[in-house]
Amino acid sequence: MSYLSIIVLIPMISLAVESSGLGVRGFWDTVTDTRTLIACRVSFLCSLAGALVNAVFGLILAWVITRYRFPLRRLIDGLIELPFALPTAVAGISLTVLTTDNGWLGKPVFDLFGIRIAYTQLGIILAITFITIPFVVRSIQPVLEQLSRDYEDAGLLLGAGRTRVFFQIVLPEIKPALLTGFSLAFARGLGEYGSVIFIAGNIPFQTEIAPLVIMSKLEQFNYDQATAVAVLMLFFSFTIMFFVNRLQAKISRFTGEH
Amino acid sequence: MFIELENICKSFGSYKASDEVSFGLKEGALGALLGPSGSGKTTILKMIAGLEIPDSGDIRLDGARVNNVHPSKRGIGFVFQNYALFRYMTVFDNIAFGLKTRKTARAEVKRRVEELLSLIGLSGFEKRYPSQLSGGQKQRVAFARALAWNPRLLLLDEPFAAIDAKVRKELRSWLRSMISALKITSIFVTHDQAEAIEVADRIIITNHGRVEQTGSPIELYREPATPFVASFLGESMIVEDYGRLLGFEGAPPNSRGALRPEFIQIYGPGEKIQYENSVEEATVVSLAFRGACVEAVIDLHGFQLSSGYSLEKPSISVGGKVKVLIYRLYAFEGDKATLVNNSRLEAHGNGYSFAI
Amino acid sequence: MAELSFSRENKWLRRLLIMVSFVFITVMLILPLVQVLAQVWDFGFKNFWEAVTDEYTLKALKLSILTMISAVTLNTLFGLAAAWAITRFRFWGKGLLITLIDIPFAVSPVIAGLVFIMTFGRLGWTYPFLEAHDIKIVFATPGLVLATIFVTFPFVAREIIPVLLSRGTDEEEAAMLLGSGFFQLFRRVTFPHLKWALLYGIILCTARALGEFGAVSVVSGHLRGKTNTLPLHIEILFREYHTAQSFSAAAILVAAAILILVFRNILEHVSEKDREF
Repeated sequence: MSYLSIIVLIPMISLAVESSGLGVRGFWDTVTDTRTLIACRVSFLCSLAGALVNAVFGLILAWVITRYRFPLRRLIDGLIELPFALPTAVAGISLTVLTTDNGWLGKPVFDLFGIRIAYTQLGIILAITFITIPFVVRSIQPVLEQLSRDYEDAGLLLGAGRTRVFFQIVLPEIKPALLTGFSLAFARGLGEYGSVIFIAGNIPFQTEIAPLVIMSKLEQFNYDQATAVAVLMLFFSFTIMFFVNRLQAKISRFTGEH
Repeated sequence: MFIELENICKSFGSYKASDEVSFGLKEGALGALLGPSGSGKTTILKMIAGLEIPDSGDIRLDGARVNNVHPSKRGIGFVFQNYALFRYMTVFDNIAFGLKTRKTARAEVKRRVEELLSLIGLSGFEKRYPSQLSGGQKQRVAFARALAWNPRLLLLDEPFAAIDAKVRKELRSWLRSMISALKITSIFVTHDQAEAIEVADRIIITNHGRVEQTGSPIELYREPATPFVASFLGESMIVEDYGRLLGFEGAPPNSRGALRPEFIQIYGPGEKIQYENSVEEATVVSLAFRGACVEAVIDLHGFQLSSGYSLEKPSISVGGKVKVLIYRLYAFEGDKATLVNNSRLEAHGNGYSFAI
Repeated sequence: MAELSFSRENKWLRRLLIMVSFVFITVMLILPLVQVLAQVWDFGFKNFWEAVTDEYTLKALKLSILTMISAVTLNTLFGLAAAWAITRFRFWGKGLLITLIDIPFAVSPVIAGLVFIMTFGRLGWTYPFLEAHDIKIVFATPGLVLATIFVTFPFVAREIIPVLLSRGTDEEEAAMLLGSGFFQLFRRVTFPHLKWALLYGIILCTARALGEFGAVSVVSGHLRGKTNTLPLHIEILFREYHTAQSFSAAAILVAAAILILVFRNILEHVSEKDREF
């Protein structure tokens, strides 16, 4: 208990104390500063996009891994956790080099579509997507593994097509897990720093993310303002967590079996 | 609807789930697929429904081969082992599901669901979710859902397995009367012989993916065709080298057979014996009170045999001598079982002819 | 079964989904790995070896390992204690404790670093005390260790709490009635159940501790050779356009990551087998 206090509680409290030193006025000015607001918006939208991409691909991956048997299935399954094992800085530099205009991925994409990935918001989304791949897959996988085939068979026998079976029977069963994975990915994306800063290019008003604003304020020894932005970000992440918990409680209420 | 299966084979990898399975069921009959777990019962049921596809053999419904017919077009209702009710849908939506997929008008859906709910005695439960129902209620909803589209064949996979013993008996007779009232051909899977005997008109006994025997409960009980059926259905005692028993001297060497408790008549001291020349002396090993009678275990030529002994008869005690008559036994030969009557009684023209 | 006119699985859908998975995995996970190796390959082995055995790289590696070992050790001990307390005793503030354990997951690593600066830094309220006793935390090794502990500390606790909760206390109570002491109880009865979860938690903790960037970046002050962990060193090299050297250092971490991944998969395989008995 006291270990926990030293590691978590005391620092968190001092953060609150510090930001109060700025006063309400100063706090408000800092968090409504255009640069801060835009950075927050970039963080919010990019991590939302990353989480959405992962919701779709994570669902497909979890489905493919649990339902199909094919060569290299074990490899795919084993690789899913790579983003957790690989240091974010390594992922960051590697993705950056990969997606610059003459990178393996960046060049063909630019040649074909005229789209740049590195140093744009697309790059931020890519980095966040990479970092958060395991969340959705690993949330859904155990649910899919335990979901009896009988539900699908029942739907099939009652005359439902594949689409109806998936959307009306399978999807509701995995929705809570999907939501959990999605929100974990989203929250992680909001706070992600290491992998993003390399690929983002950190152009103010364009590809600057909220954690970076904190960082640059710190480098200018502007501790008060850094803290204010941090408090704002904390507020965002806790709000998201709160709503997700509420939503999950609502879903699990009538199933009762969870 | 009548149903026929002919030489159905199905393997999962090297495991043979069904091996030359053949049986038939008449229109309106209630059949039970009975066998120990892992004997391939559920696989047979799923193949009839089209949820599994046989490797070879024919499945015919009303004489038409349905191997290639889509499951939903076979006219089959299916009640799953754990009911597989859709947890995120209300009772109403669960029952209505099959109607909606077939594009039934909304008013008709409502009418039909209400009709089914009153049939299963759950009117007023429309808005509940499956988690708010008891095991028995869930089963009824699953039953109603399977019936919604007026199937001509109803399949039930272990319908009573998930229900506690008290409600199970009640539900059995409910289902039995429901099915006979609807006159729908039905097959259910069970590993509980009492359940099969009580509920079904016909029993199909499976073991190791093969059908051992098909028949009415009483036929199977009285004339088991295989050693497995003889020992699986009802109570039986295996006897080796039964040629030692009086009246069965004609047995081949190393013979095996089975005795049911009712094949053994025990005469207490001083009791009048009808076939004096057919009885042998045995020693009482143990006695146990069973309510309606006493269960006596006797030692006869080294065989430990048990049988009921009426409380009305002269009293016997452990270690005492009694006279024993064996009416008949099932003789096993390879995978065949045949009824062999006591040769000394045959002279008296006594058969096994009681009929219900 | 060519005669079948229906099938339960749509073959084309199946192929499509498998293909999508392969493409996604290849582009998102395999390409970045290959990129690192390719950079190193182009750089040549001799140059690579020079970059890796560079004084600062080695110092950073040493610091990273030191940080990792301290964080993993302390968090494992704490994780066990917290999990034990939460599942075995009722006490006031238990709900709060469970929530607090999750906080590092919900907080950006940059903020995690920031809170330490605010607490122990020049402006922090503990600064006068630390200054008086000549203790340096921020911009020094203790700060790195603290920040790493903060970021990685839910891993072990979160893995073992569900296991302890699902196991219940029956076996322990039985053992206690049979007169076994605390350590014997733990070693013989409790530990076998949670060893896989514990190992899994330790692996996750190790991976994160080794790779932590944001939090460490804030508290390190970027003093090269003194408070640079390997990930921070990689950043500096990359920013100074020593791309090849940066990738060489990254290759060490990639090797560690692959090792961790392989170990995790073996662990999963073994624990699944173990559970069957």
